Amino acid sequence: MLELRNISYEVSEDQKEKDILKNINLKIEDRFVAITGPNGGGKSTLAKIIAGILKPTGGQIFMDGEDITDKNITERAKMGISFAFQQPVRFKGLTVKDLITMAAGKPLSTAAACEYLSEVGLCARDYIGREVNASLSGGELKRIEIAMVIARKTKLSVFDEPEAGIDLWSFNNLIQVFEKLHQEVQGSILIISHQERILNIADKIVVIADGEVRGYGSKDEILPELLCTSGSCKFYSEGGR
Amino acid sequence: MANVQLDAIQLNLLGQVADLHEVPEGAYNIRSNGQGIARNTTANIDIVTKEDKPGIDIYIKPGTKKESVHIPVLMSQTGLKDLVYNDFYIGEDADVTIVAGCGIHNGGSKTSEHDGIHRFFLEKNARLKYVEKHYGTGDGNGENIMNPTTIIEMKEGSYMEMDSVQIKGVDSTDRITKAKLGKDATLIIREKIMTHGKQVAKTSFEVDLDGENSSANVMSRSVARGSSRQEFLSKINGNNACAGHSECDSIIMDSSNVTAIPELTANHIDASLIHEAAIGKIAGEQLIKLMTLGLTEAEAEAQIINGFLK
Repeated sequence: MLELRNISYEVSEDQKEKDILKNINLKIEDRFVAITGPNGGGKSTLAKIIAGILKPTGGQIFMDGEDITDKNITERAKMGISFAFQQPVRFKGLTVKDLITMAAGKPLSTAAACEYLSEVGLCARDYIGREVNASLSGGELKRIEIAMVIARKTKLSVFDEPEAGIDLWSFNNLIQVFEKLHQEVQGSILIISHQERILNIADKIVVIADGEVRGYGSKDEILPELLCTSGSCKFYSEGGR
Repeated sequence: MANVQLDAIQLNLLGQVADLHEVPEGAYNIRSNGQGIARNTTANIDIVTKEDKPGIDIYIKPGTKKESVHIPVLMSQTGLKDLVYNDFYIGEDADVTIVAGCGIHNGGSKTSEHDGIHRFFLEKNARLKYVEKHYGTGDGNGENIMNPTTIIEMKEGSYMEMDSVQIKGVDSTDRITKAKLGKDATLIIREKIMTHGKQVAKTSFEVDLDGENSSANVMSRSVARGSSRQEFLSKINGNNACAGHSECDSIIMDSSNVTAIPELTANHIDASLIHEAAIGKIAGEQLIKLMTLGLTEAEAEAQIINGFLK
C-alpha cells in the first residue's frame, strides 16, 4: 500500500516559486486507481515523485508503512515500484529482449520474453530481436514499455498516460491489456489517464487539478461530475489549468 | 603445425581476438612475437609466406564456399615492433569468412607495436566477411600501439562486410581503411571502438564508389571515457551512379574528446551520399529508465554502453 502525506513540489520559474503540487494526501490501497485531471495539473509530476524520479519539496511517501521518501529510483524499483513512461525511451543497441530481460530481473528464454510481448498484442517474434530505437513507432514503444512493467511483476505499477501518442486501433487493444491486468496482476495499478474507457476500469478515481486533489472516489461518484453529466463541472471550475 | 602449443597468455589473446580457445580447424596462420608459429591450408585455401617482406599471401580459390581463414597475431614480448603485410585474393564466386585480429600482452615498460597492412582483392561476385579485433592487456606500463591499414579492391558484383572492434587496452591506434568499388559492388563496414584513460584512436575511411550501382555503408560506434581522444574521418567519393552512407555515433564520457569529420564528394549526378554524425553523453532519461527496472546508475551505464557497442 502506498501513502502520500502532504506531498508538495515547487519549482522556480522567472525567479518566483511555483507550486506544482500542494499538500497531496492519498492512499493507494485498491487494485486499480486512475489519476485524471486537466493538463498541467501535476499528475505526471506526482507519478515521477512516486517512482523516485523527482524529489518532493515537502511531505513523505510510505510504502507498506515504510518511509521511502529518501529512497532513490533503484531502491524504490527493488521495493516493488515500476514505472511506465509517457514518452518511452529509445536505446541504440539494446534490443527488446534485452529490456524485457532486465525488467524481469533474471535470464529469460526467447519464448518467455515473447510471452510478455504477446500480452500487449505484439507479434513477439517480429520484435524480440529489434533494437529499441527510432525504427519503432510510438505505439510499438508504448506496448513494449507496458510489457516491461508486466515482466517486473511489482507491488505497484505506475503508468503515465499509456494512451498518449497511440492510434485508435492500438488504443482499443490497450484497453483490453489493462482490463486483463486488472484481473490478473496481484499488485496495485496506478494509471494516469484522460481516457474515459480507462477510468471506467478503475476501482477508484483521483482528480488532480491545479496541484491539488479535487476529487477521490469510485467511478460512479467521480465520472458524472468529471464528464459534467451531473449538471455541474466542479473539477474544472475552480482554477484547474 | 597443428600440434603447436600455446601458453596461457597466448591462449587468452587468441580467445580475445579470434574467439578461439584452441588452434582452429580449417585454414589458419598464427603469428606470435613476429614469427609464424602455426599454419594450416586446405584444398581451397592456400597461405604462402612472402619472400620480399614480412607477411603472407592468402589465396582463396574461385567458388570456395563456407570456409574460413583465421590469421591472429599474438604479441607477448614487451618492446617488440611488428610490421606485417598480408594480401588476400578472393576468387570469383567465393564466399568465405576471414578472422584477423591482434592481441598484445605487454608486461614490461617498453612500447609494443603491431602495424598490419592488409590488402583485399575481391574478384567478380566474391563475398567476404572480414572480422578484425584488436585487444591489449598487460601489467606493465609499456604502451600498446596498433595501426591497422586495410586496402580493399572490389570487382563487379562483389560484396564485403568488415567488422572491426577495439574495446580494450590499445593506447594508440591510427586505423586507415581505403576501398575502391567496381560495378554493383557492396561494402559494409561496422566499427566499434572504446577508449579509456589517455588512449588515442584515430580512424579514417576513404571509399571510392567508382562502379555503377556500387554502394557503401560505413558505420562507426564509439565510446570515449576518461581523458581519451578519438577522431573519426569518413570520406566517400561518389564517382558513378551509386549510394554511400556513413554514420558516426559516439558516446562521450568524463573529460574525453571526440571529433567527427565527414566528407562527401559527388562526382556524378546520380550519386546519392549521406552522412550522419551524433556525439553526446548518455541521455539521463536512458539511465532513469533502466534504474526504474532496478539497476543502479553504474549498472545502467554499463548496460547502455554494452548495448551500444554490441
